[in-house]
Amino acid sequence: MNRLTRAKATELAAAIKGGEVSAVEVAQAHLDRIAEVDGTAEAGVHAFLHVDTDGALAAAAAVDRRRADGEELGPLAGVPLALKDVITTSDMPTTAGSKILEGWRPPYDATITQRMREAGIVILGKTNLDEFAMGSSTENSAFGVTRNPWDLTRIPGGSGGGSAAALAAFEAPLAIGTDTGGSIRQPAAVTGTVGVKPTYGGVSRYGLIACASSLDQAGPCARTVLDAALLHTVIAGHDPLDSTSIAQQVPDVVAAARRGAEGDLTGLRVGVVKELGGEGYQAGVEARFNDAVALLSKLGAEVVEVSCPHFAYGLAAYYLILPSEVSSNLARFDAMRYGLRVGDDGTRSAEEVMSLTRGQGFGAEAKRRIMLGTYALSSGYYDAYYGQAQKVRTLIARDFEAAFAQVDVLVSPTTPTTAFPIGEKVDDPLAMYMNDLCTIPSNLAGNASASFPAGLADEDGLPVGLHVMAPVMADDRLYLVGAAVEAAYAAQWGGTLLEQAPALEGIAP
Amino acid sequence: MTVTTALPSFDEAIATYEPVMGMEVHVELGTATKMFCGCSTAFGGEPNSQVCPVCLGLPGSLPVVNRTAVESAIRIGLALNCSIAEWCRFARKNYFYPDMPKNFQTSQYDEPIAFDGYLDITVDGETYRIGIERAHMEEDTGKSLHVGGATGRIHGASHSLLDYNRSGIPLIEIVTKPIEVPAAVAPAVARAYVTELRELIRALGVSEARMELGQLRCDANVSLRLPGDPYGTRTETKNVNSLRSVERAVTYEIRRQAAVISSGGTIVQETRHWHEDTGETTAGRVKEEAEDYRYFPEPDLVPVAPSREWVDELRGTLPEPPSERRARLQADWGFTDLEMRDVVNAGAVALVDATVAAGASAGGAKKWWLGEVARVANERGVALDDAGIAPGDVARVEALIAEGALNDKLARQVVEGVLAGEGTPDEVVAARGLVLVNDDAALGAAVDEAIAAQPDVAEKIRGGNLGAVGALIGAIMKATKGQADAKRARELILERLQS
Repeated sequence: MNRLTRAKATELAAAIKGGEVSAVEVAQAHLDRIAEVDGTAEAGVHAFLHVDTDGALAAAAAVDRRRADGEELGPLAGVPLALKDVITTSDMPTTAGSKILEGWRPPYDATITQRMREAGIVILGKTNLDEFAMGSSTENSAFGVTRNPWDLTRIPGGSGGGSAAALAAFEAPLAIGTDTGGSIRQPAAVTGTVGVKPTYGGVSRYGLIACASSLDQAGPCARTVLDAALLHTVIAGHDPLDSTSIAQQVPDVVAAARRGAEGDLTGLRVGVVKELGGEGYQAGVEARFNDAVALLSKLGAEVVEVSCPHFAYGLAAYYLILPSEVSSNLARFDAMRYGLRVGDDGTRSAEEVMSLTRGQGFGAEAKRRIMLGTYALSSGYYDAYYGQAQKVRTLIARDFEAAFAQVDVLVSPTTPTTAFPIGEKVDDPLAMYMNDLCTIPSNLAGNASASFPAGLADEDGLPVGLHVMAPVMADDRLYLVGAAVEAAYAAQWGGTLLEQAPALEGIAP
Repeated sequence: MTVTTALPSFDEAIATYEPVMGMEVHVELGTATKMFCGCSTAFGGEPNSQVCPVCLGLPGSLPVVNRTAVESAIRIGLALNCSIAEWCRFARKNYFYPDMPKNFQTSQYDEPIAFDGYLDITVDGETYRIGIERAHMEEDTGKSLHVGGATGRIHGASHSLLDYNRSGIPLIEIVTKPIEVPAAVAPAVARAYVTELRELIRALGVSEARMELGQLRCDANVSLRLPGDPYGTRTETKNVNSLRSVERAVTYEIRRQAAVISSGGTIVQETRHWHEDTGETTAGRVKEEAEDYRYFPEPDLVPVAPSREWVDELRGTLPEPPSERRARLQADWGFTDLEMRDVVNAGAVALVDATVAAGASAGGAKKWWLGEVARVANERGVALDDAGIAPGDVARVEALIAEGALNDKLARQVVEGVLAGEGTPDEVVAARGLVLVNDDAALGAAVDEAIAAQPDVAEKIRGGNLGAVGALIGAIMKATKGQADAKRARELILERLQS
C-alpha cells in the first residue's frame, strides 16, 4: 500500500505545503487505491457510488498551482475527501442512495461543498449510504451494500457506511457524513474511525438532502481526532442560507484536539449514562467501554454515574418524529421536475405518474417511514404520536441539561454491538433500529456527540466505539476527550486501531 | 348537485334564509424578493426565469424568511386592529400538486402572525364591523397551464406546463370571522369589505392589490340558515377576482343554495368555481374525504418572534385609516355623500387626492377621473391607474382651462390625446394645435360672419331675447372647429347687438 494513502490528513497537507509531494500525486494515489479495493456492488468495499477522477485531479492541480504561485495554503489544502452522496455537488450526481434520484445532477453546491472547495480539499467522489440516510448498515442503498473493510462479510454501519468504509479502507483520509440518529457515529464505531456529529446548527444543512430536518447534521469523519477537528473547522459556522444554523463563534476544536493529545484530563468531569448499557449490549462492547472509562480516570478525569431517565423513550420518540418529517421531506420526489419518471406514456395523469414513480423509486425502508410519518401526522393521531414525541424530546433535552449541570461530558458505548453480518437484520427493522439506541438522544436534543475508536471486542475482533456527548456548542470538549483517549491508546497499541485492520490489497478486479 | 328548476330571485331567497359569509383574501405582497429566497417577484418574466433551488424546492435547499414580508404582515395586522403574535411559527401544509414544488406549502397554521382584529366598512351610510379571525404569512404556488383542453382547465387537457416564477411569492391570507349582517345588504357588505381591504393594503403600500393581476384574490364562503338556526353547511367559491364579482358571486350562491335547500336538497361542503361570463358558480372536484393536510411546525425555519419595540415602531408607520381619510377628504373637497360614494366605488380616491394635490379643483379632478378617463379605462378593461394618464396630467389640463387656454371641448381632446399615448397635455396641445381662439380680431371676424349668416337670430337678440345667443355661439364654435373661447364670443356678440 502506498504510504500516501496511509498518511494522516495533517501529514498530507504538510507534505504538499512543503513541496515534498504534489496534490496531484496525493489525489492519484487515492484514486489508485480506490481502483484497487473499492470494487463494485458485487465485490470489494464498494464505498463509492461515483468517483470523479478528472474533477479530483483538476482540483488537486489547482492547489499545486496556487502553491506554485506562492499562495498561502489552508491547513487541509490538497487533502482528498470522500463525500456522502446526500450532499449536493454541482459537478457530480447526487443520489441520496435512491433510485428516485438516479442520475440527478444538482445545479448547485451545498454550502459545505463550497467551503471545502474553497479550502482546497480535493473531493474524490460520492459515497454510498442507506437510501435518504435511513438505515444502520447501507443495506438500504438502492445501489448495493458497502462492505466493512475489517470483514467484507459484515456491514460498515449506516447510513454513512460508505464514508466510514472509505476511511477504514484507506481510500480517503477524510470524509463527510450526516447524522440523523447516529449515521456518522455508528459507522465510525464499527469501522474503527472517528466520527463527529456537531451541535445541531453548527454546520450548515444547505445542500444536505433532508432526511429529518430537525435532526440532520453533517459532520467530519476521519482516522484521527486532529484531522476531524481541522475538517470540522472548514465546514462549521453560520450560513445565511440555513436559518437553523447558529450565528456564533465556532468552538475552537483544533486547539481542543491539540490540548487533548497532551493526555491530561485533570479536572474534567465525566458522566457514565446509567441507562446506556447492560442488557442487549455485547460483552466485548461493554468490556472495551469499561476499559475506556478506566482510561479516562487514569488520565485525570473525575468519573461519576449519571441517570438520564427519559433516554429510554428516545428510540420511540425518534421513530415518530423522524418519519413525520421524512413523510413531508420526501414528498417533493414526484417525477415532475427531476429524477426518475415512471409511466409517462401520454395516457396517464400526473397523479398516476407520481404514484408509479414513487412506488418504484423508493425502497422498502423509505416507504415504511413515509407511511409511518403520514400516519403519525394525520388528523386524530397527531397529538397522540407526533405531539407526544415532541414532549419526550423536551424531556430528553432536560435530562441532558440536568446531566451537564453535574458533568462536562457524558459517555456510553456508541453501539450495542460490533458490526453484524450483511443480511442479518434486513428483515427485522426493529433490531436494526436498536443500533442507534445510544446515539439518538443527542439528535433529539441537538447537542454535540462523537464516536472514537476504543479497541476490539474480544469475541469477534471487531472495532468498538466510545461515545462522547457534550453540551450544545461545546463541541470542543469532544475533541479534548477524543484526542486524549486516542493518544493513550496509540501508546498502548503502538499506533491507531486501523493499523490492526486486515490489508485489502488487490481485492478488486 | 344540479339544479334544474329556476333559481329564486335574491329577494325570494332572503325572505326565507339568512346568509352567513366568511371571506378569505390572499394578498400578494409587493416585496422585491420572494418569501423564502432572493428571487425576483417581478410580474411577467419569461416562464421559469425567476427561480432558484429554494423556490423550485430542489433537494437540499432551505428557506430563509424575508424580513420585509414579516414587516408587511405585521403592518397589515396592525391596520386590521389585530393582536400581533409575540412568537409564532411557520407550518407545513402537506398535499400533492404539480405546481407546488415541495408538495407542501410553507404556511402558518395555529400560530398566525396576526389575529383577532376588525375592519369597519360602510354600506349605504350604515357602518358594519367585520371581525378578522387572523392574518397569516405563506408562500404562493407555481402556475399550471393546461394545454389542449377546451377551457384551459385540467379536464381534457393533453398536457400541462408549469411556471414556477410565482412559486414562493409572499402571500398574506386574511380570514374574517363569520359575517352576519342583514341579508339584504350581505352581497354589498362582501363587496365593501374587499373594497375597503384593498384600499387599506394600497394605503399601507405593501401591495398594489390589483385584482386583475391576481395580487388580491378572494374566496367567498357562504352558507344559509333559517333565522335562529345554527350555521348551515358552507361552500367556498374560489377565484372571485373583481369587486363586482364578489357581490355577484355571493348573490348567486345565496340564490343557488336557497333553491337547493327549498327543494329538499342538502348543501355539500365543497369548493365552487366562479364564472365571470355566466355569473354562476359550478362545483369543483368533489372530495370523497376531508382533506387532511397533516400540518406540523416547519422544522427548517426558526420561530418568528417580533419584539414589541419593532411592533410599536411599525405601528408608527401606519397610514390614516381609509374610512377616516375618506371623511377628511370628503370634507376638504366639499363633496356630497353621493359624490363621495361615486369616487370610492370607482376606486379613484387616491387619484383624485393626488390630482388635487397637484393643483386641480376637487370637482375638476372628479369630473375627469370618473368621466373621460373611466370611459377609456372601461373600454380597455384596465384599472384607472393604468389608463395612461397621471394625476399631474389631469391637474395640468385643469390649469390650462383655468388660464383660459382651453375650453371644455378642447380639454377633452387633450385628455384623449394623453390617454392615447401622445405625450403630456402640453405636448398634445402643441401637436394637435389645440389653441383657444380668444383674441378679438380672429374671434370678431367669426362673430361678424355668424351675425351676417343668421339675421333673424340677431334680430331676436337685439329685441332682448338673450336665449338666442347660444345659436350664434354654436355657429362660431363650428366655424372655429371648437377652438373659440365661448365666453369671449358671447361678450363680443352682445357688444355688437346691444350697444
